[in-house]
Amino acid sequence: MLISPAFLALNGGAMLVSLLMLMAAGQAVQVLRHWDIKSGSERQLALERRTYLIATLVTWSVAAELVALLLFLHTAESMSSQFVGAMCATGVLNAHALGWPVLGLKIAVFFAGAVWLLVNQLDNKSPVYPLVRLKYALLLALLPLVLVQALAQLGFFLGLNPDLITSCCGSLFTAEGEGVAAEVAGIDPMLSLALMYGSGVALLAAGMRYPWEGRCGIVYALAGMLAFALALVAIVSAVALYVYEHPHHHCPFCLLKAGRGFIGYWLYLSLFAGAALALGVGVISPLRRVASISAVADAQARRLTTVSLGLFALFYLIATFAVVGSNLTMEGVWW
Amino acid sequence: MTAFVRRQRYLLEYSLSAMARRPGKHLALLLVYTLIVFLLASVMLFTHSLQRETRLVLAGSPELIVQRLVAGRHELIPAGHLERIAGIRGVRAAKGRLWGYFYDPAVRANYTLLVPPDDAPAAGEIQIGAALARIRGLALGDYLSLRGASGEPFAWRVAGLIESDSELVSADLVLMGEADFRRFFAIAPGLYTDLVLSVRNPREVLTVAEKVSLALPDSRPILREEILRTYDAVFGWRQGVVFVLLVGAILAFAIFAWDRASGLSGEERREIGILKAIGWETADVLRMKLWEGAVLSLTAFLLGYLLAYLHVFYASAALFEPVLKGWAVLYPAFNPVPFVDGLQVATLFFFTVFPYTAATLVPIWSAAITDPDSVMR
Amino acid sequence: MIELDDVRKAFNQGRPNELWAVRGVSLNLPLKGLHVLKGPSGSGKTTLLAMIGCLSRPTAGRIRLDGRLISNLPERFMTEVRRATFGFVFQQFNLIRGLSVLDNVMLPAYPLAPDAGELRRRALALLGRFGIAARAAHKAEWLSGGEAQRAAVCRAMINDPRILIADEPTANLDSQRSQELLAVLGELVAMGKTVLVSSHDPLVFESAGVSHVVELHDGRLLGGGSC
Ligand SMILES: Nc1ncnc2c1ncn2[C@@H]1O[C@H](COP(=O)(O)OP(=O)(O)OP(=O)(O)O)[C@@H](O)[C@H]1O
Ligand SMILES: [Mg+2]
Repeated sequence: MLISPAFLALNGGAMLVSLLMLMAAGQAVQVLRHWDIKSGSERQLALERRTYLIATLVTWSVAAELVALLLFLHTAESMSSQFVGAMCATGVLNAHALGWPVLGLKIAVFFAGAVWLLVNQLDNKSPVYPLVRLKYALLLALLPLVLVQALAQLGFFLGLNPDLITSCCGSLFTAEGEGVAAEVAGIDPMLSLALMYGSGVALLAAGMRYPWEGRCGIVYALAGMLAFALALVAIVSAVALYVYEHPHHHCPFCLLKAGRGFIGYWLYLSLFAGAALALGVGVISPLRRVASISAVADAQARRLTTVSLGLFALFYLIATFAVVGSNLTMEGVWW
Repeated sequence: MTAFVRRQRYLLEYSLSAMARRPGKHLALLLVYTLIVFLLASVMLFTHSLQRETRLVLAGSPELIVQRLVAGRHELIPAGHLERIAGIRGVRAAKGRLWGYFYDPAVRANYTLLVPPDDAPAAGEIQIGAALARIRGLALGDYLSLRGASGEPFAWRVAGLIESDSELVSADLVLMGEADFRRFFAIAPGLYTDLVLSVRNPREVLTVAEKVSLALPDSRPILREEILRTYDAVFGWRQGVVFVLLVGAILAFAIFAWDRASGLSGEERREIGILKAIGWETADVLRMKLWEGAVLSLTAFLLGYLLAYLHVFYASAALFEPVLKGWAVLYPAFNPVPFVDGLQVATLFFFTVFPYTAATLVPIWSAAITDPDSVMR
Repeated sequence: MIELDDVRKAFNQGRPNELWAVRGVSLNLPLKGLHVLKGPSGSGKTTLLAMIGCLSRPTAGRIRLDGRLISNLPERFMTEVRRATFGFVFQQFNLIRGLSVLDNVMLPAYPLAPDAGELRRRALALLGRFGIAARAAHKAEWLSGGEAQRAAVCRAMINDPRILIADEPTANLDSQRSQELLAVLGELVAMGKTVLVSSHDPLVFESAGVSHVVELHDGRLLGGGSC
């Protein structure tokens, strides 16, 4: 076990978030059990006031999780010097079976939390609060995710064994290696870039239909997820190389410390925010069928689609800039 | 969008004026908050700069060191070993090193005596570290005399002071020529303190180390990476222990913050009641109160971090002096290179701002849900 | 038109100290003129005004504003209606101590986030109209009772509401100041605002400008409800 301030901060933070979420869930259960929007009773008023508390608790939890996600990667990064073979976050994540699952869980918590906040925001737009049951049921579903994430993270850090020899990005993300990461790294960069831009165009096509025709909300969300996945693939197989200006360095984490002007942060923030909003569109657009918020949901979904498209566009711009502005030339090697 | 920003500005303005109207209430909290940040940040900056200094030291050190062991103790290594190592594949260069410690009873401190591989001082001359020069009151051209291994005194002329990024590296250093060193310690020619290897491909260090221990069964190879790793773990662990000790303080602070936030005076309650009655929504009051927390946190954080920064980098971590003192007489002037590290700031944030906010959320909420008609009663 | 339909309000419902402060009030008030709610202490005037002004929700019954049901809204939406439609003047003035008169007047507009310069101009204009422009920069607690009540009227009018609700506005004023305040309220009525006042001060409900008096007793109306 490695006690370090970052270890304590991450696990203490996760515990605190779990606590806040447990509190929110407890309140949500109360609301679910006694909610009666038509009643003018004092109890109903008290319940309505609790919804403010729940929303505040969840907002802070999601915000903390976002910071924790970054802190987690940087901590993994900084711990790499303590593991033989680890040169960046990849190596440390590899050092324990829970490493990658924790990262996945953290990203999932961020996405789910963001979507929950969007649903909550929508619900607050109608005086009858039509989504109360839905959103608090979702909250109760989100809770285990948060708890499992906290436990997995604790297990990961406690299980880390400094004597272990791990493999790092150099061997994981190589075209010659085995496993998913290697497969991804080994994809023809031309193909991966083409797929990335292609999915971007598909996204644009799906996205344009929504604001103008009010259709295809779910299609947009699916396209967004696809574009998200393909963008990650393209980062590993091609974009990263251009940022590092090194023909064999595929690591997706080293991006956070390499490159000029924090380009890695800009890439990931725009991509993740865009994808989270796209997911939100997918959840919100079907809610147009709920009579009391039909118009609001529609307007909201249109707005989210536009913002999400903007963020994706920003991501593609930055990625293009990273490729074009790089000193690495792969002409003759790749094309 | 502009309406959103404007509203936040109004709320922020209001919370600032509300805080200014009750300075006493917030001052105590700010003080404790700043103190907590200061303590944690000091510990972090201090250990972190120690870590950095050692890294600086080690960065210049060779990738692989070979020591001879006799009965488990470090012994002088014969030059003959050099040839056997030089033949190993992947070794770019191998050299013998001469260095040692010398205890100077005059100042009750240990010096490190070293023969630099290149540009060694001429016979009868030395170069010394700044701390040593300070403590012995030596200037250029002065003479330093020490008693050698066989009892006779040696005197060297100080030909230079060592410039370095890190005082830690050079504080106690004495550089001299090989012949002087051997005479002073009475070390026979053909013996070295240890051997250093540089390796052609960094990835092969492990393999080379294995081959060395096979070729020289009486020796042990030490990897620079291994030393770095050990230091990192030790520093991280030490920091962690201090933080665990401070968790109690943070908990107490959170309880204090909770108490402050929930103990609203009648006057404040009334104020919130008025705001609600004249058209503020629960969410507006919530946001206004969160702004208050944000202002407090930011002030305390910046202030605490700045103070810690000054404390560690410009006041030589005076508060930690007792800890430092036992370390070595020669290190009183601990002046590490200032730096700010994003990871550290984020960690500190999780230790201070997040607990504070979490502790105040419920009190803030229960203030914000004051009945709007309460002021009519 | 404000329509009340069998409005009831209970405090501490379901507990031993349950108390019905308003027990079935049905009432139609046109949106013009100065209406006075009178009745002995504890008769439920304040409680009723709070419900009409969207400060609290009836336990049962309906309140409509121009046909729109406003009594069943959650607080979030009641607040929206409140700050767009109602201005409030309270018995104890309820200005925030330590803030300047101008800041106090601008306060209700903050959540609506108007342009800062424009808001300032509006507030100064109101202070000018009610004769306390010279006091704009003073702290609220330095004002005399009459000035404080006029500042409170300015604050109530900052969002340009259609209806002003004043709960015992003259209770802390001497008869001279009360007359002045009534004149101010009369001016508002002349501007086309509806003013709703509760009072057990004969000076108020016997004054000339009053268009309608409703009497409450023990949470019920005395006499007919409509006018
Ligand atoms: N929040 C509350 N909790 C419990 N009882 C209340 C509450 N508010 C008012 N009451 C009770 O409801 C009844 C009506 O009160 P209300 O303030 O409406 O009377 P009022 O006509 O305004 O009297 P006054 O002329 O003294 O101001 C009173 O008996 C009062 O004690
Ligand atoms: Mg009253």
